[in-house]
Amino acid sequence: MTMDLQIILPVLFPLVGVLVNSFFGRRLGERGSGVFASLMVALSFGASVLLLRQLSAQPHTEGAHGLASQLFPWIQVGTLSVPFGFQVDQLSILLMLIITGVGLLIHIYATGYMHNDERFPRFFVFLNLFISSMLVLVMGDSFLMMFVGWELVGLCSYLLIGFWFSEIKNSEAGRKAFVVNRIGDVAFVLGILLIFTTFGSLSYTEVFKAVEERGAEVAAAVGTITLLLFIGATGKSAQLPLMVWLPDAMAGPTPVSALIHAATMVTAGIYMMARSHVMFELAPTTQTVVGVVGGLTALVAGVIALTQWDIKKVLAYSTVSQLGFMVAACGVGAYTAAVFHLLTHAFFKALLFLGSGSVIHGIEHNPKTATHATGGHGGGHHQGIDPQDMRNMGGLKSRMKITFITYLIGGLALAGVPPLAGFWSKDEILVSASQSNSLVFWLLAVTAVLTAFYTMRQIRLVFFGEPRSREAWHTIESGPQMTIPLVILAVFSVVGGVVINWPFEAILPAHALSHWLEPVLGKLEVAHFDFGMAGIFSLLAIVAMAAAYFMYKRSYNETVKQEPLEKLGPLYALSSNKFYLDDIYRVLVVIPFHGFATVFAQVIDKNGIDAVVNGIGGAVRNASLVLREIQTGFVRSYGLVMLLGVAVLVAWFVFTR
Amino acid sequence: MPWKTVCVLKLIHTVMDLYLPIFVILAIASGLAGLIVVISIVFGPRKRAQVKAKLQPYESGMNAIGQGQRRFPVRFYLIAVLFILFDVEVIFFYPWAVAFRQLGLYGLIQMLVFVGILFAGYIWVWKKGALDWETMDK
Amino acid sequence: MAIKDLLTVTAPAICAVGGTLLLLLDLAIPRGSKSTTAWAAFAVILLALASVPAQWGVSTSGFAGMVAADGYSLFVDGLLAVIAALTVLLTLRYNEARGIMRGEFYPLMLFALSGMMLMGHATNLIIVFIAVELLSIPLYVLCGFARPRVDSEESALKYFLLGAFASGFLVYGIALIYGAAGTVSLTELTAALSGPKPADSALLYAGVALVLVGLGFKVAAAPFHMWTPDVYEGAPTTVTAFMASATKAAGFAAILRIFLFGLAPLMETWQAPIAVLALLSMIVGNVVALAQTNLKRMLAYSSIAHAGYVLTGVAAGGDAGASAVLFYLASYALTSLAAFAVMIALNSGEADENHSLDTYAGLGRRKPLLAFVLAVSMLSLLGIPPTAGFFGKYFLISAAIGSGLTWLAIALVITSVISAGFYLRVIMTMYMRDGKNEAPIAGNWPRAFAALTATVATLGIGILASPIVELINTGIKSIVR
Repeated sequence: MTMDLQIILPVLFPLVGVLVNSFFGRRLGERGSGVFASLMVALSFGASVLLLRQLSAQPHTEGAHGLASQLFPWIQVGTLSVPFGFQVDQLSILLMLIITGVGLLIHIYATGYMHNDERFPRFFVFLNLFISSMLVLVMGDSFLMMFVGWELVGLCSYLLIGFWFSEIKNSEAGRKAFVVNRIGDVAFVLGILLIFTTFGSLSYTEVFKAVEERGAEVAAAVGTITLLLFIGATGKSAQLPLMVWLPDAMAGPTPVSALIHAATMVTAGIYMMARSHVMFELAPTTQTVVGVVGGLTALVAGVIALTQWDIKKVLAYSTVSQLGFMVAACGVGAYTAAVFHLLTHAFFKALLFLGSGSVIHGIEHNPKTATHATGGHGGGHHQGIDPQDMRNMGGLKSRMKITFITYLIGGLALAGVPPLAGFWSKDEILVSASQSNSLVFWLLAVTAVLTAFYTMRQIRLVFFGEPRSREAWHTIESGPQMTIPLVILAVFSVVGGVVINWPFEAILPAHALSHWLEPVLGKLEVAHFDFGMAGIFSLLAIVAMAAAYFMYKRSYNETVKQEPLEKLGPLYALSSNKFYLDDIYRVLVVIPFHGFATVFAQVIDKNGIDAVVNGIGGAVRNASLVLREIQTGFVRSYGLVMLLGVAVLVAWFVFTR
Repeated sequence: MPWKTVCVLKLIHTVMDLYLPIFVILAIASGLAGLIVVISIVFGPRKRAQVKAKLQPYESGMNAIGQGQRRFPVRFYLIAVLFILFDVEVIFFYPWAVAFRQLGLYGLIQMLVFVGILFAGYIWVWKKGALDWETMDK
Repeated sequence: MAIKDLLTVTAPAICAVGGTLLLLLDLAIPRGSKSTTAWAAFAVILLALASVPAQWGVSTSGFAGMVAADGYSLFVDGLLAVIAALTVLLTLRYNEARGIMRGEFYPLMLFALSGMMLMGHATNLIIVFIAVELLSIPLYVLCGFARPRVDSEESALKYFLLGAFASGFLVYGIALIYGAAGTVSLTELTAALSGPKPADSALLYAGVALVLVGLGFKVAAAPFHMWTPDVYEGAPTTVTAFMASATKAAGFAAILRIFLFGLAPLMETWQAPIAVLALLSMIVGNVVALAQTNLKRMLAYSSIAHAGYVLTGVAAGGDAGASAVLFYLASYALTSLAAFAVMIALNSGEADENHSLDTYAGLGRRKPLLAFVLAVSMLSLLGIPPTAGFFGKYFLISAAIGSGLTWLAIALVITSVISAGFYLRVIMTMYMRDGKNEAPIAGNWPRAFAALTATVATLGIGILASPIVELINTGIKSIVR
């Protein structure tokens, strides 16, 4: 097996899944197509592991480029030459393992979750396509390849958010995600173009080498480039001010939320910034902007998450908030910490989403109250309660034991309780922030406490107390296809942080991740573990969780139904109305845009442009009808026309010689 | 002799050199044709009595039917076309025959290929029944 | 000596010999199983195709400099062989259904193919003439193959009469050039014309003009295009497909070699007239196509327009122009073949042939794959990325602009916009109108293979243009000048 083939194998396997399921999906049947899609992702995961082994065998020095494969020259126009090339280095292999590993678990989970859905094979086509696209994004060896992946995952996200498109709410959410992402993408494209005009190349190696060599000379351009790239990241990674699409994206099936909108796609922005850290480090202004935007996003989303009632919305805002953490980490130059948090977050947030999916599935599909034996999710067409509203839950602790325990583990990891995965990565970010930017540090610190609070609020509302609806009462545990992935992810959420980046020089190798990433991210200063800070934040997290538990035990249960936070007055209104972000957008963007569009469509287009275009079109059509008359069908007239042509042509040639 | 006369004689000599064979053929051909006409006029039997039957194409008693410009069956044309095809091809043999020695073996092979192609066409025409008068219409 | 000469025309020779043998072989094949003949022809074409990579890299001339074997001619050979092979696959079911499954069809195709291939090899005007005749005469017969259908006979007769007319101009032009320059060899012509102008240059230029007429007729450039719609419409669709894609490529192969390499010293003189022919063809083709309601006729006009596009590249001249032309020929040939494949598929049933646009309504639902093939080919003809047509037009435009013909490039863009009017109408009809045509379309795997190959190639060339361009450029570099 040649190297080239081996490198693209992870991308090819899911593509095979796409092809097979799009053409033979129906014939394979539900079981067949689900198993086949999962198998392809499993093979892709296996191929990634093999690549990891090969990569480990390589010399581990800074500036090594890992494994690269340029398949063929893809675009060659003028001086622009982009090969269709892939590279696997220490950074991308981590992402690949997450994408295919977590992806595999979610595929397996989805075979249970999507059971009896009418368009079951189609779902797996999209899911496999997403895996391929995401791999292209992280494995590409140039900004253009990254952009290709970037757009492809955007497409998959759109298709999957609106998967149950028969409901207008879902297709609108898909559209919103698509449009908002386009805004970021425009900036991203501009950034890529600027990279090309500045450095004359789009390949990572060449661009970063040029940046390092030319340094201050290109600092101004790099400042603009990084800002544009960052705007792209705010779209994909749902940062302020483009974060509004992600909560709506929860309209998609829950496995999609777990895979795309928590674990992988939304972290593309963080991957991009880590990948081009050479440029970001050269632009202090951008760094500050990135840090502050990340911190603000974390805080705002954290505040909003406090008051949501929809189980998935809470997780969605929590995701935005955690992405803010990672972005802020990039902003303070702690790229290792950002990647670390990306990895742990992928574990526990995927776990939480799948857990919430299990809960929703349980409430919707339990044998006693299910109003529709067949058919999928999506609410709407059945008469029952809203299966995602936490007010209708409660008491699921004893009814869904595995889901409860794994969900609790995920929640504790998210809240930052030691020694679970989230604790280590969050701590590293906080330490780095405290050393470089106090504003960012305080934003994140407050958010960390809020995180613990809303996490416990959710767990309390869903699992503790007594059931608050008939559906919740009859809920039973989901099947093994769904619980096994939960257990596996829970294990990772427990040990992930310790194994990946253990900060001490004892028992396990210290700072494994930081050292592993050195060839890509450079020798960054290792954030030292600060016992004082870790202690304070662990304590704060536990206190906040306890507070949440008891507050909701008392004021929101089967008998008393009052949201305790309402007492906060205007702050509560701000939070529950999502900082009025959607309304601000409506007033500032949507309504004026509608107005403009109406004016353009009704006045300028209809009476102006259409008139001109139709006029020209009509003229051409008339000319066409006239010219058509020449075609009489008589050979003699054809010959005559030809002869005239000959005469003119010969005369021209002879007289202009 | 004056130089003009010399020139004219020389010219005539050259022209004669070049075109003498042609003139000879021309003379023989026209002479022969004229001779035949003259002979038939001189020795042919003369029938003064110009009865109508004598002006018929066939004197043997068959009466002509209709006009001379009749529509012929297409098979006549087919035969004619085939004849011309093969006849004209045969003409190519003449220059080859003239230059046979210079062309040598290579020329022979080329000619064989040429004949081979012709032969292939001939077989095809034959097999298709184009030479078969009775079934040609099919 | 002899073998070396023959090797310079390997592919055409294979086709000619194969055609002759097939003619005899066919005598032994009973009436009902003429598809054997088709497969034999297919094998011959594949053999010719296989000779192309085997010979790739040569740059020699043979038969006393009358023909050349170089990357250029080999590329043309390969392209024509691919088209012919796919066409043979298309004929199987169609010819059966239309009752024209007769053995002579395939030898005639092979003879025409060998003439077409010879067009790319010819470095002597006499050989060009012979090649033109060799490709034309079988095509005259093939056009009338659907005898006794009247429009087929009409098509053959029209093509023959006007073709003979054009051949007359061609041979007259060659004679005039010989009279003026004293040679018909392209290499010698280049040398002779590089010096001072010959005294009787009027003869020379009149000769060049007439050669342009003769070849312009073959590629259906306006104003020598009048035959195209009638002939294309009347001829059996498989023959039309072959004519539209292969004849055009062959005609341009000869035009390129004559004008861009043989008559290059006269470029100042022929550039403007050719540019005007290009403009005229683009306008006439695209504008009249707008008014067509018959897909076959529409494609005939579209082929006139495309001849105009390609002439733009010829007018641009130079290696860039030649490369753009070859690329466009490849993309156009494959694209139009795909379109015809769909028409053939729709007319391979019991019912009479009907190419009215209405019969395509609702095809998107009825036969999604066929509709997809036709849609891709319409988009490629229109020049929408990521199809081959897009890059074809892109290269033509950049070649035209590179040699100062910006106005022609603009005309190309504008006429392409006009062409959207009818290409998109086909797509709209297929996908947005409900159809009444419910005639069943029986599957046929050779046909499906041919259609899909053409479509995949159309998309493939569009996505990965670079390798093809590189291939063409190596071919042009090795051309015998």
